[in-house]
Amino acid sequence: MIHYNKFTLANGLRVIVHEDHTTPMAVVNVMYDVGARDEDASKTGFAHLFEHLMFGGSINIPEYDEPLQMAGGENNAFTTSDLTNYYIQLPAENIETAFWLESDRMLSLAFSEKSLDVQRKVVSEEFKEHYINKPYGDVWHKMRDLAYAVHPYKWMTIGKELSHIENASLEDVKAFFFKYYVPSNAILVVGGQVTTAQVKMLAEKWFGDIPSGQRTQRNLPVEPPQTAAHKLEVKANVPLDALYKCYHMPGRTAKEYYATDLISDILGGGASSRLNQVLVKEKKLFSNIDCYHFGTLDAGLLTIEGKLVKGVKMKDAEKAIQEEIDKIQQTAIPERELQKVKNRVESMLAFEDMGLLNRANNLAFYELIGDAAMMNEEFGQYEAVTSAEMHREAQHLFDEKNSNTIYYYAG
Amino acid sequence: MINRKIAPEIKDATAFDITLKPYEKVTLDNGIPVYIIKSDEQDTLQLELVFPGGSWYETENLVASATNFLMKNGSSIHSALEINENIDYYGAYLNRNSHHEYATYTLHCLTKHFETLVPVLQEVIQDPSFPEEELAIFRQNMKQRLAVNLQKCDFVANRHIDKYLFGEFHPYGRVSSMDAYDALQAPILQAFYKQHYTYNNCKIFVAGNLPANLVQLLNNAFGQEKWNGDASIVRADMPVLAAEEKKFRIFNDENGVQGAVRVARPFPNRYHPDFPKMLVLNTIFGGYFGSRLMSNIREEKGYTYGIHSQLYNFRQTSAINIQTEAGRDVCEATIEEIYKELRTLQQEIVPEEELHLVRNFMIGSILGDLDGAFEVIQRWKNLILNGLDENYFYNNIKVIKTITAEELQELAKEYFTPEDFYELVVI
Repeated sequence: MIHYNKFTLANGLRVIVHEDHTTPMAVVNVMYDVGARDEDASKTGFAHLFEHLMFGGSINIPEYDEPLQMAGGENNAFTTSDLTNYYIQLPAENIETAFWLESDRMLSLAFSEKSLDVQRKVVSEEFKEHYINKPYGDVWHKMRDLAYAVHPYKWMTIGKELSHIENASLEDVKAFFFKYYVPSNAILVVGGQVTTAQVKMLAEKWFGDIPSGQRTQRNLPVEPPQTAAHKLEVKANVPLDALYKCYHMPGRTAKEYYATDLISDILGGGASSRLNQVLVKEKKLFSNIDCYHFGTLDAGLLTIEGKLVKGVKMKDAEKAIQEEIDKIQQTAIPERELQKVKNRVESMLAFEDMGLLNRANNLAFYELIGDAAMMNEEFGQYEAVTSAEMHREAQHLFDEKNSNTIYYYAG
Repeated sequence: MINRKIAPEIKDATAFDITLKPYEKVTLDNGIPVYIIKSDEQDTLQLELVFPGGSWYETENLVASATNFLMKNGSSIHSALEINENIDYYGAYLNRNSHHEYATYTLHCLTKHFETLVPVLQEVIQDPSFPEEELAIFRQNMKQRLAVNLQKCDFVANRHIDKYLFGEFHPYGRVSSMDAYDALQAPILQAFYKQHYTYNNCKIFVAGNLPANLVQLLNNAFGQEKWNGDASIVRADMPVLAAEEKKFRIFNDENGVQGAVRVARPFPNRYHPDFPKMLVLNTIFGGYFGSRLMSNIREEKGYTYGIHSQLYNFRQTSAINIQTEAGRDVCEATIEEIYKELRTLQQEIVPEEELHLVRNFMIGSILGDLDGAFEVIQRWKNLILNGLDENYFYNNIKVIKTITAEELQELAKEYFTPEDFYELVVI
């Protein structure tokens, strides 16, 4: 059970306080309700590039990192398709430094041409490091494009192509900032050795006078149901053939999400999961195989991916995966196996909640998708899933028409 | 109106009183030491068994890591699947790791399941059977993984730089190979296991929310017999055969758009008085986000997504290693800038403001790293396995708080001469 208090400032900023008096530290987490899905199709990668620019100095503070390091703090940030999150950890005595820094960059950035120029290059190198200069690094670009017809999950958070990042202008940066980086579009979570009264006072003092701004209404294209299987063959300079299969699955807030998540764990969670046991150990068709998804807010993709053992034919590997899928569609999941994946979720949630930073980040996330209270109801949602429900979900989830397959051949 | 241009008051690093929470120690009936850090705030625990079973002690390449990996894959009474089922069913994680010196098995679980899981752990540690079929799968899958990794410039660079620093026959410089995987044989693994995973070489580290009968459970499982008998493990330093050549360029992928840059030199181990001082100098140079290398090469020039300098924590001898992946056409310029920053630290004294910031940053970071029982036991483990105690920890903190800019410059003059460094680019 995670305890917290919640209040909203007059300008719309939602504030959550999670007191933990066992630690000498404090964390300050600011989550903005904007991600790569909010980008223009001709300016992809922008939400993430923007995240870099948030460290390039704000209107009253020329350097973001230095004063924080001076206060013994560390920070970082990440951007996903759905959201952008900034977090700080520092000794609790110095918490006001974090309020000062975060509030000033919410008030306004410095918008320096130099910072934009450098971060364009840095992000280009990040793009190369993770998606070009790695074997199989391009597969998610191809898969998203194959699986989505209209939804902006069609492109990756890093961006569709390098040129979009290289062409970003300071005008774009300003427009993005004033549209999304406003108090009414943000959630502030403060955790650790703090009191709610203290956080109330500091939040009013530093964030209270930031103009509210307009919360942007999201109006994203809805991905229509897929009506035919999509297939793509790729040949690349890699040592092993690989197979990727993606199926459209419910979004994070759908009721069916939990059953689907448990299905992915039945297939690919842990060494005793079905795909590992049957395809790697017994049939020896894959040298590794995984089943996972990203838990995206809008409808996402359940993915099965594996590298084939040398000499195994692609069609045999695919057939073996299909047999496991048939099994899950045709036969009810045994009670003990269902209990196993539920136990795994219980344990995973407990370990996740150990870190103060994780707890703060999760509180912000649940508040963003509806209500921080959902964090404490999460395991109950999983516990309530029945074998019958999973069986039902598996039917349309693994419908052949709902599938996207990439055959990635070593060339 | 508040004046946003003025930073709030801060409490300084030197004012923080950092304490390393002491451990409790119990000894099992057969003499195995158990180090304990209790904390009742969560419902979880971590238990780690440590053995001197790292690559240091192997006579054939990869035997230590293969032994460590395959212990979990089958016992005289259960198959790998049955063992994995038993662990997965309770939502537990049983991770194994093999390092240069030590090999470990670590259980993470909910406290309520611990008692049920102890027999599984006992079986993995005391009764592995090394089935031929599991070895064959391991060999094949590891070779496939190696084939993929060998296409990555950073992976290839890491292998080479350690070879230059320590020589390919030293455990620190030795690397995996297809041939070495092919040569692995079950009887050799079994023999390595019997000799190194013995009761008298075992140490146990536990942290978290512990059951009241912890010691009794451990005594029943690990404390009664002299399992695997007495084995005396003798650890002697091995000769380092560093490369004579200093500059290397390797083309691994003709279409590569980045190069993996490594610039490294040998450095004394943690027992040397310069070691704690170098931790401070290294932080200034390339050990945190605001470091000289990051400020110049990422934040000023945009050559890379990240550049870091690290101090190896190896036991016999250490090294300073600067690493980055940079754009293909700026790799050479990156190396020039690294040398420039090394020289600057030799020639110019670190400004008081910067040193002050790094002191505060490092102390804040240690404070954060010690947050939680798992983190505290980790610190203790590193001290105990290296034959050190809390005085070493407190001395490091004292060095951070008191080292002077002059001492740092002296240190740079001794260790930051560019000509002493190996340099490597792998494209």
